[in-house]
Amino acid sequence: MGVLDLLSRWPVLQQIRKGDLHAFGDTARSARSEMLQPRTATAGRVVRSVCPYCAVGCGQLVFVKDEKITDIEGDPDSPLSLGCLCPKGAATFQLVTGSHRVKTVLHRKPYGTEWEAVPLEWAMDRVARLVKKTRDETWEAKTPDGHVVNRTLGIAHLGGATLDNEENYLFKKLFSALGIIQVENQARI
Amino acid sequence: MNADCIVIQGSNMAECHPVAFRWVMEAKARGAKIIHVDPRFTRTSAVADLHVPIRAGSDVVFLGALIRHVIENERYFKEYVLRYTNAPAILKEDFKDTEDLDGLFSGWDGEKGQYDPASWGYEGVEVGAAAGQRESYTGEPFSQRGTQHGAERFDFTLRNPRCVFQVLKRHFSRYTPEIVEEVCGIPPGLFFKVAEALCDSSGRERTAAFCYAVGWTQHSTGVQYIRTASILQLLLGNIGRPGGGILALRGHSSIQGSTDIPTLYDILPGYLAMPKDKTDTSFEEYVKLNDSPTGWWSEFPKYIVSLLKAWFGAAATKENGWLFDALPRLSGDHSHMTTVSAMADGLVKGYFLMGENPTVGSMHGAFHRAAMRKLDWLVVRDFAVTESADFWRDAPEIERGEVRTESIPTEVFFFPCAAHTEKDGSFTNTQRLLQWHHKAVEPPGDCRSELHFAWHLGRRLRDLYKDSTDPKDRGLLALTWDYPVEDAIEEPSAEAVLKEISGFRVADGAPVDGFTQLKDDGSTACGCWIYSGSYKDGVNQPARRKSAREQSWVAPEWGWAWPVNRRILYNRASADPEGRPWSERKRYVWWDEEKKKWTGEDEPDFILERPPSYRPPEDAQGIDTLAGDTPFVMQGDGLGWLFAPTGLMDGPLPTHYEPQEGVIENPLYGQQCNPTRMEWNRRENPYHRPWNDPRFPHVITTYRLTEHHTAGAMSRWLSWLSELQPAMFCEVSPELAREKGLTNGGWATITTARGEIEARVLMTERLPPLRMRGRVIHQIGLPYHWGSKGLVRGDAANELIAFVADPNVSIQESKALTGNIVAGRRSRGRRVVTSGPLVPSLGGNRDGKDLNRDLPVVGQKRTGPHGISGARMKQDEET
Repeated sequence: MGVLDLLSRWPVLQQIRKGDLHAFGDTARSARSEMLQPRTATAGRVVRSVCPYCAVGCGQLVFVKDEKITDIEGDPDSPLSLGCLCPKGAATFQLVTGSHRVKTVLHRKPYGTEWEAVPLEWAMDRVARLVKKTRDETWEAKTPDGHVVNRTLGIAHLGGATLDNEENYLFKKLFSALGIIQVENQARI
Repeated sequence: MNADCIVIQGSNMAECHPVAFRWVMEAKARGAKIIHVDPRFTRTSAVADLHVPIRAGSDVVFLGALIRHVIENERYFKEYVLRYTNAPAILKEDFKDTEDLDGLFSGWDGEKGQYDPASWGYEGVEVGAAAGQRESYTGEPFSQRGTQHGAERFDFTLRNPRCVFQVLKRHFSRYTPEIVEEVCGIPPGLFFKVAEALCDSSGRERTAAFCYAVGWTQHSTGVQYIRTASILQLLLGNIGRPGGGILALRGHSSIQGSTDIPTLYDILPGYLAMPKDKTDTSFEEYVKLNDSPTGWWSEFPKYIVSLLKAWFGAAATKENGWLFDALPRLSGDHSHMTTVSAMADGLVKGYFLMGENPTVGSMHGAFHRAAMRKLDWLVVRDFAVTESADFWRDAPEIERGEVRTESIPTEVFFFPCAAHTEKDGSFTNTQRLLQWHHKAVEPPGDCRSELHFAWHLGRRLRDLYKDSTDPKDRGLLALTWDYPVEDAIEEPSAEAVLKEISGFRVADGAPVDGFTQLKDDGSTACGCWIYSGSYKDGVNQPARRKSAREQSWVAPEWGWAWPVNRRILYNRASADPEGRPWSERKRYVWWDEEKKKWTGEDEPDFILERPPSYRPPEDAQGIDTLAGDTPFVMQGDGLGWLFAPTGLMDGPLPTHYEPQEGVIENPLYGQQCNPTRMEWNRRENPYHRPWNDPRFPHVITTYRLTEHHTAGAMSRWLSWLSELQPAMFCEVSPELAREKGLTNGGWATITTARGEIEARVLMTERLPPLRMRGRVIHQIGLPYHWGSKGLVRGDAANELIAFVADPNVSIQESKALTGNIVAGRRSRGRRVVTSGPLVPSLGGNRDGKDLNRDLPVVGQKRTGPHGISGARMKQDEET
């Protein structure tokens, strides 16, 4: 590969030669860029999804290769969004694959100064026991004036406006059966 | 897209819902007029035909003046108003309006601090309630529930001074363009432009739409903001028609779903009321109070029995009242702020935060943290450790040395959550559309879905209680909890849950087609009646994905909208009383005389075979009472309510009250603030003077940015978004900057009596000062996304906001308050919850003039437990 050959592939010279001053033509191409293809083209499968941010509900396509998400794009079939995503929606790939995600359960002991990683099963058992303890200690069968209330005001819940309907349903069902009435979410706020 | 005029008010749609705003632009390209009413000039205003700057907190005056304009100039849609609304209904003789009582309606009970709505009803009709009741009823037994017959007497000439139309006309008569200028800061010329654009775009041939967001809801009169728009749209005939309506732009992917299937204290799935202790003493009593002899709510028993069958299965029998007694009872308000207050008083021991970050996202973060320090245990589920999860070691009061980590007793758990790409499930979008997202990959490490968490927690608790014979554990042990689990991590099947939500026949488990197949004899089970049919034919309807290009513009085969896949509610109103489209241009749903049924572009919102000519016989019951020309089927009388005889705590008609903390005296009435608002009178929650507080002279309003998401847990940790919006800032006008010595890009400190925050100054002409009553009113804009964690950090705007709420839905007032701004960074000084108020409280008297929020007759706000006072005293935790 001679110097002249290198020079002739220099885009600026090509632009001048071809009169493509804004480089909108093929002068920006190279052998390498000709070979490139989008990650979406090599995906093993495409999964239909919905944007997790606001309530517009833009369609998303999740591209998966070797059981890893390789990209998330707008779904052109969606009558709501016709393939568009806003800056947040377009950042969904980073939201779900980013290094910020914590992957272990963390626990802070009473009066403790640090988090400690703990096994999921242990933490689930511990929370179940705490719920039982608090519920039993704060149970209110009747009000002082004799009205049946069947509840505990010792436990409360907040959250759920980005949760699935099925998840909210199980929470409301379980908490109602436990007598937990202080169940609230972002819709109040 | 089909609207001829779109008014966006209380929302910055272009920046907060950019993809939905595309359709506004499509409408504009087709010739629609776009109007943006907002304190700030934003990207929405930039592409609108008209931007109308307004003082935050004054929208009822602006909308009320539009109502007056429509009535006075006879621009209302006469046939629609006469036939489809309660305009001709005659009201009771003893009803008194705010015109008569200086800002109060009749029925005020100073002793109880709330209204007795008895005088708000129709003449000759004693009891009242309807759908609205069920959605908003949260409080005391004072508000009646039960039956709502329609009005008994009408005046179709609309001349009777006691008919709704005349009462409405009189009520809004003082909402003049001059008042608009005085209260909102909008010159009359600009007001007339909006009024005429709206009127010109309404009627048979044309329709206009309103779009709003939390700029309308987050006020101590929030519900009445929406009511005002509803009245206006009913007068203009813009409800139930294509291109019409009032569209709520909601900010979380399934916030509509979390209201329909509520993680809310006051309702059960499908807007059925939670039982109350004093009144709902048995299943029979509960049904009696919620059943309605007329209108669609006459179907109530079918929905509640099917819900209890879904929850308690075989254990729910007719003999035991379907195990209704296993449900807990309410005794008043148990909403978010009341709960946090109770937490601060040590009454709440355990707290679950599921994907929510209240120390940043809710009002008064410092008070939240103080409350959380009293907890025995806290469970947080999120992507990363949020400010709320880390409240015990990373908080301003700890940084300042006022609180020590070592003295906080709370045991804290952080569970990493699965992303939406790692689980199956449905979101309900802002248009009531359910869309299924499929699992693409397994969640990493110990990340799990909330479905997994809820089900396995329930499984463990049922196991812990399994030998119990205590009546308190009966509901838990009877719960149907046998969902099939999938794969190695034992994920419960979301589709099985959807099937239960949608409903099935108990005998053979066959899915029902919709709520019309539900029964009150225990033969059907259905977890949420309005979602019934979402698993029709055993098909996951929300997962349907027929391309937009392969179906009609209504796109009925994409996802599934509740109810029964209907895309526009009350669409019977798109046809005239005889069932013909109001115009060819706006045809949507109509009566097909040949086939003897309703048909059209959408699923008709009416009883399919009921002809327009149907009139109920005298002895009709239930849905048979709905005449063929009454489109609003959820109301007992099938009519759109210009006047709401019942269902609202703060009055049958919207009335302008100033925010809890304002800059002017209410020029319309002696009553300054909403008399039924909820206050929390506690040391930790000081209020400013009602108006003219010399320490806090400016209006503060909060808002969102395109690049961040609410409290930031889904955006501040992402580099792509963080670099686009890297720092907390405050938006101020050049005039205010000059007055205060602020420099663009420099630091400023914003203060209220609750706390202070620092922010970079963004000096801009986009937030113009308003000239009112010879004064200049400055407004300060604050985005609220930042906190102390994530890639980009900053102070949280919500630290400034007080606990004060709308009486109907207990929403806080974060869109209009007062505060001050000074140049420079904040001191590392004290905060109200740890060291008492930042500034001493000022008395209510200045220059010999009383500065009271309430008229003397309203009485002293009683203070209940946890500092709550106002219309709905909390009575429960007194034990």
